[in-house]
Amino acid sequence: MSAAVEIVDVARRFGTVQALAGVDLAVEEGEFFGLLGPNGAGKTTLISILAGLTRADRGTARVLGHDVVTDYRRARRLLGVVPQELVFDPFFTVRETLRIQAGYFGLSNNDAWIDEILHHLDLASKADANMRALSGGMKRRVLVGQALVHKPPVIVLDEPTAGVDVELRQSLWGFIRKLNRDGHTIILTTHYLEEAEALCGRIAMLKAGKVVALDTTQNLLSSFAGLTVRLTVSTLPDAWRERVLRHEGATYLLSLTSYAELESLLSALRAQGVTIAELAMQEADLEQVFLRIMKRAA
Amino acid sequence: MSAKLSAEPGADVGAAAAADPGASAGIEPGWHRSGWHRSGWQTLLYKELLRFWKVSFQTILAPMLTALLYLLIFSHVLESRVSVFDGRVGYTAFLIPGLVMMSVLQNAFANSSSSMIQSKITGNLIFVLLPPLSPLDLFGAYVVGAMVRGLSVGLGVFLVTLWFAPIAPTHPFWALAFALLGSMILGVLGLLAGIWADKFDQLAAFQNFLIMPLTFLSGVFYSIHSLPPFWQALSHFNPFFYMIDGFRYGFFGLSDIEPGLSLAVIAVSCASLSGLTLWVLKRGYKLRH
Repeated sequence: MSAAVEIVDVARRFGTVQALAGVDLAVEEGEFFGLLGPNGAGKTTLISILAGLTRADRGTARVLGHDVVTDYRRARRLLGVVPQELVFDPFFTVRETLRIQAGYFGLSNNDAWIDEILHHLDLASKADANMRALSGGMKRRVLVGQALVHKPPVIVLDEPTAGVDVELRQSLWGFIRKLNRDGHTIILTTHYLEEAEALCGRIAMLKAGKVVALDTTQNLLSSFAGLTVRLTVSTLPDAWRERVLRHEGATYLLSLTSYAELESLLSALRAQGVTIAELAMQEADLEQVFLRIMKRAA
Repeated sequence: MSAKLSAEPGADVGAAAAADPGASAGIEPGWHRSGWHRSGWQTLLYKELLRFWKVSFQTILAPMLTALLYLLIFSHVLESRVSVFDGRVGYTAFLIPGLVMMSVLQNAFANSSSSMIQSKITGNLIFVLLPPLSPLDLFGAYVVGAMVRGLSVGLGVFLVTLWFAPIAPTHPFWALAFALLGSMILGVLGLLAGIWADKFDQLAAFQNFLIMPLTFLSGVFYSIHSLPPFWQALSHFNPFFYMIDGFRYGFFGLSDIEPGLSLAVIAVSCASLSGLTLWVLKRGYKLRH
């Protein structure tokens, strides 16, 4: 059985920037897969290559066994992509937009499915409104609808919840989860790491065009488990600076391997006469795992 | 996969897609039974038609009014002063086929070029690039859409100008052949310009410094026999001249040059430009990076 998505040694350079430097990745059918990485890591380039919007310098990408270049018609029919950019055609209403998008895939009598999409995306009341009249969040949901209108077995969501309010984000994820339960493969990129942690069974992390981590969400969380200390201090001893995952002003997020290290840290602060304004221990979550992996890959 | 999807409304689509994901032309069998369907390129054509129809004041009525103003002004000023085809045709009657063809050409160009560049700049071209549409699908839809707009405006101009000089084509098939080929060439040229241009400014330059001069200097308002020999010779390098002259032959049976030659020139131009544009679309130049 073919993988839902198979990417082999894909590389792409834009001028002097190596956007992808030989990525290998396989997503199995029915997975809810997360593709994470900082801005510029190559996530969108990878998705663009999969969708046929960008051509790889080398390597191959397949959707359910169909090469996205040599067998692009079949590959694209099996793929639904929610683009990151908030784009729309100002000439049409929401329903026209969805009907036209379905028509591009050769589907012309699928109003029942379009109605269901409108219902699940809470757009039914806006079906006949012009795209220009919609808020940013609504336009984003129409983009999701457009990606689903041909019922693709593989769905790629590139930052689908940016600009969508919390309530609607929950209903959107409910719908996407339902699609996943029904057998659709979901590939998600998001900067909301708590969403990725809650939704994705497996996660790949990209940095500078390379896969720097690839495992189940559970394994990533446990393999990088450790203590994280949130500390607000006037200054941090130099010896501890390399343990900083992130800092904002005087607040530092530090990774520790054990409680014994916490005592060492406190001793170092006492020795320098540093006053602790705030100290909190945190459980490992995906954000901390992400920060540690990115720091390690630097 | 199909068993899982069958729980969904519209399951026939998903199930069929899973069973035969490569069904030709993007159509899953289940949908054929539910009635007439539109293929991908036909949908894109429908979208192109709907796009200009929704702003028909701007895309159809405004160019008709412009052509009418040309007719009113030029015929009023020049009717008694200009003799064409040795006086066998009145100037106003002579002007009408020229204005009709000029409207056809300019509007065909405007349609495909503006649609392409708007989609590129606003980013919604992605909706056309993600589906399984081939380069030929894109070419066909944009060009036929442009032809329909050009011919619609041309027909409108013709019907309105009948009130000023009731003329009818004496060789309608010649007129039709030139109108179809002319609108196709400009539709293709518009598509090419829209793909090439990165900014509206570049497209406007293409339109104002190439299309407009070539149209105005193509014999819309005069017969090239009224020009000095140098300009007459130069006119033969203007492909628009052959379109206007041949189209006019369809109305009066008179032309500056043999209509068969004109038809051959524009047919070769059309084939060359179409080949180039299809190659550009296949390469994904400025569309797929």
